[in-house]
Amino acid sequence: MKSHNAPYTSTTNACKLCKPLGACLAFRGIEGAVPFLHGSQGCATYMRRYIISHFREPMDIASSSLGEKQAVYGGGPNLKQGLKNVQTKYGARLIGVATTCLTETIGDDVPGLVKEFRREMAESNGHGDLPALVTVSTPSFSGTHMEGFHAAVKAVVEQMAEGGPPTGTVNLLPGFVSPADLRYLQEVMEDFGLPVIILPDISETLDGPAQTDYEKIPAGGTPMKDIQAMGRSRATIEFGRTLFSQETAGRFLENHFGVSWRPLGMPIGLRETDRFFQVLEELSGRPAASGHARERGRLLDAMVDGHKYVFGKKAVVYGEEDLVVGLAAFLAEIGVRPVLCASGGHSGNFAEAIAAVTAGLLPEPPLVREGMDFYDIAEEAQSLAPDLLIGHSKGYHLARKWKTPLIRVGFPIHDRFGGQRILHLGYRGAQSLLDKIVNALLEKKQQDSPVGYGYL
Amino acid sequence: MATVNAEELGAPVIDINAEEVKKELLSKYPTKVARKRAKQIVVNEVAPDGAVPEIAVNVRTIPGIISQRGCTYAGCKGVVLGPTRDIVNITHGPIGCGFYSWLTRRNQTKPPGPEAHNFMTYCFSTDMQDEQIIFGGEKKLRQAIQEAYDLFHPKAIGLFATCPVGLIGDDVHAVAREMKEKLGDCNVFAFSCEGYKGVSQSAGHHIANNGIFTHVVGLDDTVKEGEFKINMLGEYNIGGDAFEIERLFDDIGVTLISTFSGNSSYEYFANSHTADLNLIMCHRSINYVAEMMETKFGIPWIKVNFIGAGATAKSLRKIAGYFENKELSALVEEVIAREMPAVEKVREEVKANCEGKRAMLFVGGSRAHHYQELFQEIGMETIAAGYEFAHRDDYEGRRVLPSIKVDADSRNIEELHVEPDPERYRPRLAPEGIERLAKAGIELSGYEGMMAEMASGSLIIDDISQFETEKLIEIYRPDIICAGIKEKYAIQKSGVPMKQLHSYDSGGPYAGFKGAINFYREIDRMVNSKVWKYLKAPWQEHPELAAKYVWE
Ligand code: SF4
Ligand code: SF4
Repeated sequence: MKSHNAPYTSTTNACKLCKPLGACLAFRGIEGAVPFLHGSQGCATYMRRYIISHFREPMDIASSSLGEKQAVYGGGPNLKQGLKNVQTKYGARLIGVATTCLTETIGDDVPGLVKEFRREMAESNGHGDLPALVTVSTPSFSGTHMEGFHAAVKAVVEQMAEGGPPTGTVNLLPGFVSPADLRYLQEVMEDFGLPVIILPDISETLDGPAQTDYEKIPAGGTPMKDIQAMGRSRATIEFGRTLFSQETAGRFLENHFGVSWRPLGMPIGLRETDRFFQVLEELSGRPAASGHARERGRLLDAMVDGHKYVFGKKAVVYGEEDLVVGLAAFLAEIGVRPVLCASGGHSGNFAEAIAAVTAGLLPEPPLVREGMDFYDIAEEAQSLAPDLLIGHSKGYHLARKWKTPLIRVGFPIHDRFGGQRILHLGYRGAQSLLDKIVNALLEKKQQDSPVGYGYL
Repeated sequence: MATVNAEELGAPVIDINAEEVKKELLSKYPTKVARKRAKQIVVNEVAPDGAVPEIAVNVRTIPGIISQRGCTYAGCKGVVLGPTRDIVNITHGPIGCGFYSWLTRRNQTKPPGPEAHNFMTYCFSTDMQDEQIIFGGEKKLRQAIQEAYDLFHPKAIGLFATCPVGLIGDDVHAVAREMKEKLGDCNVFAFSCEGYKGVSQSAGHHIANNGIFTHVVGLDDTVKEGEFKINMLGEYNIGGDAFEIERLFDDIGVTLISTFSGNSSYEYFANSHTADLNLIMCHRSINYVAEMMETKFGIPWIKVNFIGAGATAKSLRKIAGYFENKELSALVEEVIAREMPAVEKVREEVKANCEGKRAMLFVGGSRAHHYQELFQEIGMETIAAGYEFAHRDDYEGRRVLPSIKVDADSRNIEELHVEPDPERYRPRLAPEGIERLAKAGIELSGYEGMMAEMASGSLIIDDISQFETEKLIEIYRPDIICAGIKEKYAIQKSGVPMKQLHSYDSGGPYAGFKGAINFYREIDRMVNSKVWKYLKAPWQEHPELAAKYVWE
């Protein structure tokens, strides 16, 4: 349901994507996995196109390709045939099955069908080498792509993690971050000497090198045996403040296997990153490596240098809730006022999270709006006269209309190159965001000036 | 210019027996799948009378086999109606379907002024929630229509049903009728284009054709000025193609009444029945409208192709031939003579670099055919091709129409029963006229299809899968493949350049004479790019070197 804040019934220029898309992205971050949509083939085709044009990488999503007949009588046979073909044709080691609105509406019992499929396969060819099968329910008529993403991560953990003798490993559930962010996280964990299981890990599967031979399923992703071992890790770090009160994968691991759950905000900006590093110091029993300390120092230095350019500027931030929370935290730190924080999501926790991360830093709290589309954002923001827009490509129309710089972050980035390599996290990510913001403001100043100074 | 030859990339494979390749493609499939695919993969053989082997197409994709195809909704909303700038298109369904069909730069449009309506950058959706799935979504749809009307006052609003809508039983047509009545000055019409309805986008094209014909065509009888009035059907103005074609029409003095539906406007559709000739570009997506217009209003149609300089010249001559007008013919010749030298210059230059290279095209419902001309012009050969959503007539030509079996999926899509309009039916040609044109080599209502124009021994593959594409690359190592963005990166990861022909990526226009020049240059750039040479670092290419360093 549309948030009560928004005055319109219909959605015009949505600021969210649909639920199974998030699930497919999460599945893509598991080694040897092929995402599979149970529904009509159009959904899979559309989502592939969207994901591919952001990452500029292949993205396979199989579909059970239901037609009218199956829409009426149920899609079980198609689902089973599809699973079999994905197994034999693509050599999938894991198939992540997400539902679509169609199969949710007709009420196909996917876990039941998959169970049947397993049994039938076992009867027909012994155990064979049946891939792991994970199912997740993702009706888009409740929730956005982020709910789909988290639901898939949770499903994977619930259906695969096992208990046993504890390991010294740390689970890291980063949420939907960029391949560049993931590579950064790996580096940080390594520098702390902490063995880590990152789930999901799209750093290679959606940002791989050029090759001479095409691999059907790209290398990389979280290994399955690691996922199984997650129930034995010593702690789970999970990013996302709006998730704190929810039943997440991290909470599940704690409840079922006693793995200590350490929920944190997305480490964007100085303080949220400090909190992350603090937890890492505690877990590893050692201070951050000097390289990171120096990155932090340089960030502070740059914040001082850049302050005169950004101070008091007003920004509209939009996108996935937890990303916006992190960005708002960061903007408040550097002296930019996030005047409107908007998301198409509606977890119910968005406002509280924003308030928590900006507390004490802003003259007045920003407007926080859930369940927004770009039409609503435009209406809300017009009177706020923002100096900056921060979010994904879909806000470009507003940026153009208002002649306001747009700092591109998150997903989808369809009008710039390298969206998959945008770094948002950590001191280093904050540094790069800061540089971008300052430069965008300088460029705007330069463009608007009748003189055209080359020395600002 | 130095070129990368196949050797540098791995096994060079020339003169391969297509039958063997077909066997190889099928060998990995389970028997049942292989049997089905065997009918969809055909080795071409053109008989002296132009007859070609039968191919099984327009059948459902096998579950779990990753296909290029989209859904019925995509064909209806995204392809046919989407590029019309002044219709508010509301997707009735959950958010994704609408979001993903939010138009990109693919379809361009030129509103007449800054104040004129252009909704193409908007994406309207009812964003259905649980509540609507359970209790029905008609109320929300009505509200959405009212909102759109209040905000924008458009002339027309189109409603598009996605999969869940059909299942929960919302009657989109009843809502459309009701709201049309209520609003008074806004035409509201609906499309039952639920994604599951058809085999591919193609079903959606048909539904869109029916809807536009029923609700819009013929609403405005104003007869515009102009001696030679035409409609352009099945041209979607990808990358500005329609602009280039419009330029040529202006130069030869024909009046374009409407385009279905690139750079189009609602009013053009309403008035389109006043034209005297329909030109069909993409036969697959739009032939229904052409046929219905012929039956109801008496407008004949001819197939044209503005992709390729030669094809463009031929099509312009065909138009002049149809109107049997000397001045028009003279103007056409003048324009061709004016345009060709620039084309020839680039063509010669590019041909020197590209001659003998080989292309594969797997795309759309007409593009895999049309673009072969352009490749031919620069000396490149098409060794394999196939469509994503075409029917047998697009492959084998309209001569096979009577023998096409109507299966359950096609029966699903309504065939409108159309009769001559009692007042407005006006045959544009007398029987003698038709005969005269036939003698002059101008075929009305004819399309030969793709296969008749391809070499015997080339491979024809319908609804190619990811897996088959990879196999073909392995076997043939073509110099370029044309497909869509979904295929792009998988193909490029195999070291083969890939040109997008759904949207043109960053390029275009490719239609007409200027477009041909753009395309020659683009292909030259792509097939002769040096980047593929660097895929292996020097130490990977000569491992002994690296070993030596280590040993030293
Ligand atoms: S039907 Fe649902 S899952 Fe499919 S594209 Fe639409 S919103 Fe997404
Ligand atoms: S739900 Fe149906 S209409 Fe929507 S994208 Fe999927 S197949 Fe197409």
